[in-house]
Amino acid sequence: MHDKTLTELATALAAGEFSSRELTESLLARIERLDGELNSFITVTAEQALQAADAADAARAKGEAGPLAGLPLALKDIFCTRGVRTSCGSKMLDNFVSPYDATVVEKLAAAGTISLGKTNMDEFAMGSSNENSHYGPVKNPWDLTAVPGGSSGGSAAAVAAGLVPAALGTDTGGSIRQPAAFCGITGLKPTYGRVSRYGMVAYASSLDQAGPMARSAEDCALLLGTIAGHDLRDSTSVARGVPDYRAELEASLSGLKIGLPKEYFGDGLAPEVEAAVRDAIKVYESLGASVREVSLPHTDLAIPAYYVIAPAEASSNLSRYDGVRFGHRCENPADLEDLYKRTRAEGFGDEVKRRILIGTHTLSEGFFDAYYKKAQQVRRLIRQDFLDAFEDVDVLMGPASPTPAFDLGAKKDPVSMYLQDIYTIAINLAGIPGISVPAGFASGRPVGLQILGPHFAEQQLLNVAHQFQQATDWHRRQPAFGKENA
Amino acid sequence: MQWEAVIGLEVHVQLATQSKIFSGASTAFGAEPNTQACAVDLGLPGVLPVLNEAAVAMAVQFGLGINAEIPETSIFDRKNYFYPDLPKGYQTSQMYHPIVGPGEVEISLEDGSTKRVRVHHAHLEEDAGKSLHEDFHGMTGIDLNRAGTPLLEIVSEPDMRSAKEAVAYIKALHSIVTYLGISDGNMAEGSMRCDVNVSVRPKGQETLGTRAEIKNVNSFRFVEKAIAYEIERQVELIEEGGKVVQETRLYDPEADETRSMRTKEEANDYRYFPCPDLLPVVLDQAYVDHLRDSLPELPSEKRARFESELGLSAYDASVLSSTRPMAEYFEAVKDSCGDAKLAANWVQGELAGQLNRENLDIADSPISATQLGGLIRRVIDETINGKAAKQVFMALWNGEGETADEVIEAKGLKQVTDTGAIEAMIDQVIADSPVQVAQYVEADEAKRGKMIGYFVGQVMKASRGTANPQQVNALLKQKLDQS
Repeated sequence: MHDKTLTELATALAAGEFSSRELTESLLARIERLDGELNSFITVTAEQALQAADAADAARAKGEAGPLAGLPLALKDIFCTRGVRTSCGSKMLDNFVSPYDATVVEKLAAAGTISLGKTNMDEFAMGSSNENSHYGPVKNPWDLTAVPGGSSGGSAAAVAAGLVPAALGTDTGGSIRQPAAFCGITGLKPTYGRVSRYGMVAYASSLDQAGPMARSAEDCALLLGTIAGHDLRDSTSVARGVPDYRAELEASLSGLKIGLPKEYFGDGLAPEVEAAVRDAIKVYESLGASVREVSLPHTDLAIPAYYVIAPAEASSNLSRYDGVRFGHRCENPADLEDLYKRTRAEGFGDEVKRRILIGTHTLSEGFFDAYYKKAQQVRRLIRQDFLDAFEDVDVLMGPASPTPAFDLGAKKDPVSMYLQDIYTIAINLAGIPGISVPAGFASGRPVGLQILGPHFAEQQLLNVAHQFQQATDWHRRQPAFGKENA
Repeated sequence: MQWEAVIGLEVHVQLATQSKIFSGASTAFGAEPNTQACAVDLGLPGVLPVLNEAAVAMAVQFGLGINAEIPETSIFDRKNYFYPDLPKGYQTSQMYHPIVGPGEVEISLEDGSTKRVRVHHAHLEEDAGKSLHEDFHGMTGIDLNRAGTPLLEIVSEPDMRSAKEAVAYIKALHSIVTYLGISDGNMAEGSMRCDVNVSVRPKGQETLGTRAEIKNVNSFRFVEKAIAYEIERQVELIEEGGKVVQETRLYDPEADETRSMRTKEEANDYRYFPCPDLLPVVLDQAYVDHLRDSLPELPSEKRARFESELGLSAYDASVLSSTRPMAEYFEAVKDSCGDAKLAANWVQGELAGQLNRENLDIADSPISATQLGGLIRRVIDETINGKAAKQVFMALWNGEGETADEVIEAKGLKQVTDTGAIEAMIDQVIADSPVQVAQYVEADEAKRGKMIGYFVGQVMKASRGTANPQQVNALLKQKLDQS
């Protein structure tokens, strides 16, 4: 059961091949057996999952089950879940049990899906390797010495290892697409505003977006249709109808115009990764697409702009963790200042502190114009780059990451870690959607092809990704880790 | 040296919305601590603000009420600082693009003249919670009921020159916001709070002196006293060779003094930046026009109309237009009796006095405007004289009748204007007072004028106050002079 896609499991449940309880028990057993090594979950909610599975089975018996009823998945531990710890990968929230559900959590529960638990992540979604978690690093199921990517590394690893068929992640600068690429799964970052952010612990509010991580584009389409939509509780969610994202999956790609940003094929791109991506482009040509080179001239400004805007917003968003109302509080504070200082010194990890410091600095009097305002100007230029490119082509393609998954502990210098996100970060600054699909291997580790489209072009992205998956089987490959006989 | 004070005010007005500015929690005053704070107000991880449209409408109404520019776009910013009763570690406010642009407020001074005070801008923001330092055994309690309550911060230009002008300005704002119904204006419950900026300079000098900001002054009286104290402190300081430092001060009403709270060097860098969780507020013209069309008549307009159309004095017009309940009461009395001046006299005289004695607000007056109007009608048509009118007033006040007519009838207060009846009473009084009559006859004209009062009093007494006093006077004089 663990190697099936969400869509296949839905069919099997509907056909009565097995019950949701059987499926859930089987996956919980697999998590029990394998996750000690993988560390992809922070919290497993076995009891609630089994109850929900029984409810789904009962609904099915009465003929009241919807298309997603009884399907297990996992939630990145950034989504607030009522009655369940929501840690965001931080010691600061290790004791935080949310009194409410995030909008996407509500929607998934209303659709009858079953959450098996909360997945590991870089603390407050700050990181590209999942090594910044209070709960320890996650391992890459393809190679246990490699990182799974981040910040949604737990979700990616759990899906890749067959612990769960799909999971929700969040993406602020590549946090869905890069771990999806590293772990050989499909991950979609929707258009900013497509999915409600209510109940998603904020990192950088103008960039954060939730999205599905799964074994196929088809599964991502199924999940996106469930979580997308306007939410009155999130003013930045867009009041725009939600199409059936599966409706156009089978559309022909004949005549599709693909642009290859030349800046995404330059220095620093590992040759094996480039080779895999170029092979994937050839597949598209064989499907009737045309390919041309395009330019996104401000690409090199994306990382600097991101590391001004995201930390600025984060420094403010994370001010609420002060030890007063919830979360970690230091022992026996001498006074208010001591309470703030020790609570935050103890509760936050190094990378979070680093970004709070950067953000506090860039917003300070005398620096605001030079950093924050300038970064916002750059952001507009980057967005315009994409809008201009989409005048000429339907989608853009390139690598999701310059290298395959690197070794655990390999990147000690924060800046070299930041540079990992060179192909993903601009997409968040522009607010456009992007998807990473498995496209081969480099040194035995998965390579992700990133496909980008204009704002709200998710339907087309999913169609383009799905057609590739109809023509290739990279997305069906599974790691040796966790095989029954292994 | 002659000194001049320069005063500017930042007035925080709590808007009378049902729910908070960014959440659905209630804004009612006085609930048990932390019972009116939802997930959003608590700043729980993951929550997001949603702007309350009613707060926007109220802010725009205020702007229209002071003839301010209403910019098409306003933007919420985050003001970042740590404080235990500030749940998110930032206050959502409007730093760079406020909802209300420059406008002006007309204030009335004690000499009856008016002055215009410019308003720099007004912006929307959320209130913080309260820190409670008592009853917690050396610890601090936090009540977040108030967190997220909508505030309109109205920032004046430094246009005021005395404590009295500052008070007049706050009173004018109070009057505008209560007329508009956008705030209850209850200062005791914190619905209006003032930060006062004060500096002094030699009279005639153009450049401004260094200012001190006095935080959180919460009554008209304290504003006046705090400013008066602060002006004196600064003048004394400079005259003794010292320098005023830019700082934040607190007014202590018990000691009647201001004390330094923090200097500029210790001031926070609030690191303002646009709030990424809220979209810019874009107001289309039709929306603003609709709000403009539905504005009630405002105090300055009313005051002008009371003077020009009703012929009231500047003073009367100003007092009667000062609050909306007062103006509404007065206008109802005037409509009922048809005489604006008499209505003004009664409302400000007998009624105001009685309300004052019993410490009642005009909205709680036991006498309705219609009752008072009916009473004045009977004065106008001379059914009763002034003395009887006061009796009728008190009877109505005490609930001894529904209408003036009922009281007049029941108490037999109808004025006697029948000359024959009055003459009969006069004859009786003259017959009963031989000594006084003799003295009168011997007195000269000047003394007689005073002495006649005795006889008038006797006749009025005999008529139980119902005789027409003018008639009594005239007839008495005639009869006595013939004696």
